[in-house]
Amino acid sequence: MIQSADVAVNVAGVSKIFGSGDQEVRALDDVSVAIRQNEFFTLLGPSGCGKTTLLRLLAGFEHPTRGEIFLNGTDIAGLPPNKRPVNTVFQSYALFPHLTVGQNIGFGLEMQGKPKAEVEQTVDAMLKLVRMEALKKRRTSQISGGQQQRVALARALAPHPEVLLLDEPLSALDFKLRKEMQLELKRLQNETGITFIFVTHDQEEALTMSDRIAVMRDGKILQVGGPREIYDRPAERFVADFIGDTNFLRAEILGVDGDAARLRLDAGGVEIAADLPEGAARSGAVTVVIRPERARFLGPDDAPPDGESALDARVEQMVYFGTDTHYHLRLGGDERFIARIQNDERLARAPAEGDSVRIAFPARAAQVLKD
Amino acid sequence: MAQPTDDARHGHAEREAARRRVRANWLLSAPALAMLAFAASGPLLIMLVYSFLTPGDYGGIVWKFSGEGWFQVLFSRDIFDETVGLADAHLTIFWRSLELSILTTLLALVLGFPTAYFIATRPREQRALWLFLVTIPFWTNLLIRTFAIMELIRNEGVINSILLWLGVIDAPLQMMFTEGATLVGMAYVYLPLMVLPLYAAMDRLDFRLVEAGYDLYATRLQVLRKVILPLVKPGVIAGSILVFIPSLGAYVTPRLLGGGRNMMMGNFIELQFGQGRNWPLGAALSITLLLVVMLALVVYVKNANKGGAGHG
Repeated sequence: MIQSADVAVNVAGVSKIFGSGDQEVRALDDVSVAIRQNEFFTLLGPSGCGKTTLLRLLAGFEHPTRGEIFLNGTDIAGLPPNKRPVNTVFQSYALFPHLTVGQNIGFGLEMQGKPKAEVEQTVDAMLKLVRMEALKKRRTSQISGGQQQRVALARALAPHPEVLLLDEPLSALDFKLRKEMQLELKRLQNETGITFIFVTHDQEEALTMSDRIAVMRDGKILQVGGPREIYDRPAERFVADFIGDTNFLRAEILGVDGDAARLRLDAGGVEIAADLPEGAARSGAVTVVIRPERARFLGPDDAPPDGESALDARVEQMVYFGTDTHYHLRLGGDERFIARIQNDERLARAPAEGDSVRIAFPARAAQVLKD
Repeated sequence: MAQPTDDARHGHAEREAARRRVRANWLLSAPALAMLAFAASGPLLIMLVYSFLTPGDYGGIVWKFSGEGWFQVLFSRDIFDETVGLADAHLTIFWRSLELSILTTLLALVLGFPTAYFIATRPREQRALWLFLVTIPFWTNLLIRTFAIMELIRNEGVINSILLWLGVIDAPLQMMFTEGATLVGMAYVYLPLMVLPLYAAMDRLDFRLVEAGYDLYATRLQVLRKVILPLVKPGVIAGSILVFIPSLGAYVTPRLLGGGRNMMMGNFIELQFGQGRNWPLGAALSITLLLVVMLALVVYVKNANKGGAGHG
């Protein structure tokens, strides 16, 4: 991969193998990724996908079996954690129980040998940044989970690292606090201008906070892209399935033009246009995905607008969700399709279970998968 | 009206239940208390009484009040002109006991800390084995273990033989009957008492805090001083107490390894009940030792807690 001033962290061909012989576990398998300056970058995947291992390699708690890790152009793969201008916000916060909130935040600066006055000043600034001024003298056991989270953030930000690593920092918080902290994290990243590398298994968290997301599975990065790209243009079945709800339909490629393909769906034999990711098959049988919210109902006499495709279906089940309703549909050829339709009082007549309906979706709402 | 009456009755029942619980607790602890009274307080009381009596000619005591036993703890009378002077020998023995016990505690801490850290950082399934190995010396009688150490360090012992054979030394090193021998012997004997509480504290230590320390630019030494030590302090205190107390009263090890010349308090007390035929002095010395231990503990624990640990 090319080094450039824009790249903060460059992971090049990194593998990490734990154990040996029969017990060998390949936690990371030839992973390469470039993370840009001032980026909110998220490693997303289920537990055991290697995202935490990658984070620990960046922090220096583990060392790669193979490959190189560059931080702003310098190879740091062999450096211990205390020699890296990188700080971690731990999943469990790992605040020092024998120190006060202020002492926790000042710990890194003190270890760097900064003068007392400067430590004091930075600690106060950090407390202000995370809005915790009043709790400086408290013990960490005397503050709430959300407050501990803020202290952990302030402690990791205080030495002004070049990269901040966050290991599922919000997973211990309740729903409302988590939403609050998501915004807070975004704000902190904007205000400090530090590159954030965030690990999570929560796809919604990843979509709302990230500039870019790397979806991981089995020690490999499957796809890297912005939230929109990951959501709308998943290249692999796992990515499509892991992020949001989706419909998988079998189809056959009729023709390809650049990154667009003409397909015939097995269900009903309807022809549609779909996006074709790089590296996907250019002919033969493939799987396409269509997000449930892209579909809408057509009136019995409506023809699909130009460029849109329409499918015949029968309503098998309806699930009401407040803002919208999920219609479980059965297409021709026994394939299933879930349509998420926004509830609208103005809708003339919502279909009922057992009804035959026609659904339409816009051109290129469908995406061909690589696998 | 019904509400308060109900509450009162409820409160009454609750008090009754609490009283029953207290009674049950006392009953449960009765055997332990009886044991303590019988085996600990009783003998101490006897010692206290003896210390104020007159020594018998052939040992034992005569039931006649005397302050001589306590007087002799610190002072001695000249045999001929009855002038009173400080009992230098006693003070030397006090001081040697205190010094050796403190050194033993420090040595056990220095040896025990890395050992406990090593065990606590093994995979969980291996730790039981390591702890088991630590307790193996307890299987053998202290006397036999001390003889084994003698076999190692005496002039014709294993260490001297090897060194002579290697040509490192020309004449055997005098290791037996030195304070060094006593120190090493006691540190060896009491080491498990240091390792086990240290391990218990380190087992509870959240090693993610250690990682957090490294992550925040602390060197290994700083992590040890600023993170690990403050957090395992309760273990250090417990281990030190467990080693210091028996060291101060140690008898077998200083007797065998230190020889007659390097007497410690335990040996000196024994002497009064044996050849010395001065039971009141022996009793007074025992109680003095007890008071010294208690004083040392209070000072130590107070100082240890001043550092502002008290986390929870």
